[in-house]
Amino acid sequence: MSELLRVENLTKVYSNGFVANSDISFSVNAGEIHALVGENGAGKTTLMKMLFGMEDYQKGAIYLNDKKLEMKSALDAIHNGIGMIHQHFMLVPSLSIAENIVLGIEPTKAVMFNYKEAVRMTSEAAKKYGFDLDVTQRVSDISVGSMQKVEILKALIRGVKVLIMDEPTAVLTPQETRELFEQLHRLQEQGYAIIFISHKLEEIMELCDRVTVLRKGKCLGTYDISDMTQERISNLMIGRDVELRFQKDDPESGEDLLLVSDLIVVGDDGKRNIDGVSFRVRAGEVVGIAGVEGSGQTELAAAITGTEPYHSGSITLSGEEIRGHTVRQLREMGMASIHEDRMTIGASVNQSIRDNIIADRFYRPEFRKFIFTDKKAIDEFVDRCIEEFEIACDDADQPVRMLSGGNIQKVVVAREFTSGCRFILASQPTRGIDVGTTEMIRKRLVSMSHENKVATLLISADLNELLEVSDRLLVLRRGKIVAAFPKASEVSEDKLGEYMLGIRTMTPQEMEGLL
Amino acid sequence: MINFITNFGFSVLRLSTPIIYAALACTVTKKAGLLNMSVEGMMLCAALLGVISSALTQSVLLGVLGAMLAGCLVGALISYVNLVGKSELYLTCIAINLMATGGTTFALYMITGAKGTTFSYLASLAVPTIQIPIIKDIPLLGPILSGHSLLTYLAFLCTALIWWLLFKTRLGLRLRSVGENPHAAESVGISVTRIRTTAYLIAGAVAGLGGAFMSMSYVAWFSRDMVAGRGFIGLSANNIANGSPVVATIFSMLFGMADTVANILQLTDAGIAYFVKMLPYVITIVGMVVMSVFQIRRRKHMKQKAVAAAIQEAAAEKQT
Repeated sequence: MSELLRVENLTKVYSNGFVANSDISFSVNAGEIHALVGENGAGKTTLMKMLFGMEDYQKGAIYLNDKKLEMKSALDAIHNGIGMIHQHFMLVPSLSIAENIVLGIEPTKAVMFNYKEAVRMTSEAAKKYGFDLDVTQRVSDISVGSMQKVEILKALIRGVKVLIMDEPTAVLTPQETRELFEQLHRLQEQGYAIIFISHKLEEIMELCDRVTVLRKGKCLGTYDISDMTQERISNLMIGRDVELRFQKDDPESGEDLLLVSDLIVVGDDGKRNIDGVSFRVRAGEVVGIAGVEGSGQTELAAAITGTEPYHSGSITLSGEEIRGHTVRQLREMGMASIHEDRMTIGASVNQSIRDNIIADRFYRPEFRKFIFTDKKAIDEFVDRCIEEFEIACDDADQPVRMLSGGNIQKVVVAREFTSGCRFILASQPTRGIDVGTTEMIRKRLVSMSHENKVATLLISADLNELLEVSDRLLVLRRGKIVAAFPKASEVSEDKLGEYMLGIRTMTPQEMEGLL
Repeated sequence: MINFITNFGFSVLRLSTPIIYAALACTVTKKAGLLNMSVEGMMLCAALLGVISSALTQSVLLGVLGAMLAGCLVGALISYVNLVGKSELYLTCIAINLMATGGTTFALYMITGAKGTTFSYLASLAVPTIQIPIIKDIPLLGPILSGHSLLTYLAFLCTALIWWLLFKTRLGLRLRSVGENPHAAESVGISVTRIRTTAYLIAGAVAGLGGAFMSMSYVAWFSRDMVAGRGFIGLSANNIANGSPVVATIFSMLFGMADTVANILQLTDAGIAYFVKMLPYVITIVGMVVMSVFQIRRRKHMKQKAVAAAIQEAAAEKQT
């Protein structure tokens, strides 16, 4: 097999100093299906964007057929023969399949769009690559699986030789996945190279020829699938670089504060995003929830904080069902939450630090004077928060968007940690922020639980964080809890990875009493 | 009685004309994903420039072209401010409309010294009316359809033309893709800015024809605020039509009919006339609310069904 695409020492440093990719080198052959794997945040997305011309890089080079590529946009990448199938399809729903495929390279007759020719071109291409599509159908009327085929055809008809697929099976049913694999094999036989990005190791074992593993922005190497097992890939991905930075005592857990039982949350597509989940969080303990992207972490957090409805089962806080309560009522019942998206929900970025901190309590008597707010009391309180949480800012009037990511998160935790809560949900609390703030937030989470007897639920994609902060650990996969560990400090990261990626699953008997 | 019917029919077509142009102008930008709230201002500027250029050149054609140019210039200004300057589209459009009201009156005063109208100051021309052979001799229908301004017939031709442009040409295909999913269009190399600018220029030209009708057919002079909300009426006709040029034209005629009824009633009872004038909009508002409630209900119902099915499935799985 001949080498088609080669990546040499690709390095990407973002303007905030974050090294997303460092010295990545690998190659893909013609007629190969090449897997690219890595944890969340390992740098897959950045690498993909660089290959597709959407991001520039500081060092290194990309070669196609030994020709060095200079790409400034996705369009350049396509012209050079590199195509990408995004997770979110780039389609126009009211247009037909044929029109979508030829958009941008439309056949014309005088000034008219030649629809007949478009139909002929596209149905011919569909036949050639073995796609079963009626190209005159509207895209709004076809299944997700068919939409994906349209996207693939769109790339192929433009003469692409390398196809990057970003978790293509995440949106497909098992039957559609099977069909996709057959089609990819057919493309492989015709000499196309496919870069297949996925979390699902069993699919990689079945489909791919070689696998390149990324971890923390570094390339660990490329391996033949025939030499690998799912366990080995998982161990390479998760790695052994977890170090516990601080010691903590065992918790003295008290009564059940949060009780989730048989919870089901159904998505708009009828899929069970949360599928029969039960667990409890007791006063004084930190329960961690691990899971890969799409496992249901986000949906679980939304259901517990009352921002999205749940459809079966129950969630109770101190014995009271949360359904039917407004977010303000839930907060008054003692719930606090650090939202995973601090820029749109966690903080109101155009408002001042002061307004953000008192947003959930400005109406309380201590901050009020008759019908007005008590500016003096508010200023005193906010200044205390700024001092205590070491928020680096000019003054309390500064809009939050002017702060760095770490300081924005400090504003959020200053509000949540001082709310007098009994239960706190921390969702990705340290994602993308500096080491110092990360340390502070983690320590605070532990001390709030262990000293102030707050019940804490930590939802995170960062295994370091989960192992370091949690007392107990649960693993969520495809909306179900697939593992429960009574002592997070005794869990090995390898093992955790195997449960997250679906290599192992605990039986309900094994998990009994641990939820 | 027959006289009344033919007069009525004739008036409907006449009063619908500017509304049709406005609605078509909005349809083009709507298909490109932009609400054209500035059509009122486009028409007003066009009405003034039509009068001025026809008076200066003593040519009807150059007068109409001048009006279209005025519409295009306003369109270009909006594109520049909105697409290049990245300003909020609605605020831009509101500003343009207010500017047109003040600006045209100011220009009127500077040129003629009068504050109300160019009548008797500028020797502007009118677009000729056309007697259609054969059709004009058909009883009843003849007097309704024949004898209109050229621009009235052109309005209906424009409906067909815009339909053809949107659904049969390459530009139309790209324009619709930009309106529906700009990211998708961008990803295949279509410049969203260029397409949207083109849409605004076309809309300006069409709105320009509407303005020309007002000052060169409806009457043969310019007077301040002479568009009098017809641009906004066209905008709402286009909104109901949801981007279809043919349906937009039909609704424009419905609004034109309400105008006609109101005009007739005004001769006898002014109060009722205003009530009738209001009716189409009341119906529009009620219709939109009902439609939206219906959609929300349907979506809710579908979700409920999906939830019920999913929960049943979960229960079945649990048993096995």
